[in-house]
Amino acid sequence: MNTVFSCIAAFLTGIAASMGLGGGMILIVFLTVFCGISQIEAQGINLVFFIPIALSSLIFHSKNKLIEWRDIIPSIVTGSIGAILGTYAAEHIGSPVLGKLFAGFLLIVGIKELFSKREKDIK
Amino acid sequence: MKKSYSLVIGSITGFINGIFGSGGGILAVPMLHKAGFEERKCHASSIAITLPLSLVSAFFYSAKGSIDWKTALPLIIPGLIGTLFGVFFLKKIPNTLLKRIFGIILIISSIRMLML
Repeated sequence: MNTVFSCIAAFLTGIAASMGLGGGMILIVFLTVFCGISQIEAQGINLVFFIPIALSSLIFHSKNKLIEWRDIIPSIVTGSIGAILGTYAAEHIGSPVLGKLFAGFLLIVGIKELFSKREKDIK
Repeated sequence: MKKSYSLVIGSITGFINGIFGSGGGILAVPMLHKAGFEERKCHASSIAITLPLSLVSAFFYSAKGSIDWKTALPLIIPGLIGTLFGVFFLKKIPNTLLKRIFGIILIISSIRMLML
């Protein structure tokens, strides 16, 4: 894997991930398409990569009072169960099919983001 | 936000983040927005939700030997530098512009992956 390209990809992913824009999806594309890594391995790498990135951006966002902790605790509880089920589903499906499902998911999210309405901030 | 709605957000976000190793946050953002969260709070809170979920998923991926640590760890430093930029830009760039740019990147990526 080319070190310079990897660093650029990781840098761009860090920007998008810290903004909550799902930057990890871009890193997975980079790892599978340009580095030939299997879909499941790329997802595993992204999960490890995301942890320190998320932690550092949370510190900043928390200082800026942008996180409603009380509201999101229930999400974290059910989310953890969902995460376990999703992880097992991924292993069961296997990389080749999972890669295509992932691409379909990217396409839907991409179209939704591109054509999303201009929204004014509510609060 | 209603507790039941928060539970639903978590279930969907967790499952998608587990199966695709990413993308939970991008689903959480519009759902938090529907709950009345301001745009920037949606993005920040989505990270607060996906971080613990990613920890859970990473643990299970690791247990199954699906994590290539040698590839993952060197990416973290440039990723953290990108994060600093991201935190700065989150305050400066209009949200709609961000969404459009990111949407285009995702569409191009998905077409590339579907053609492989």
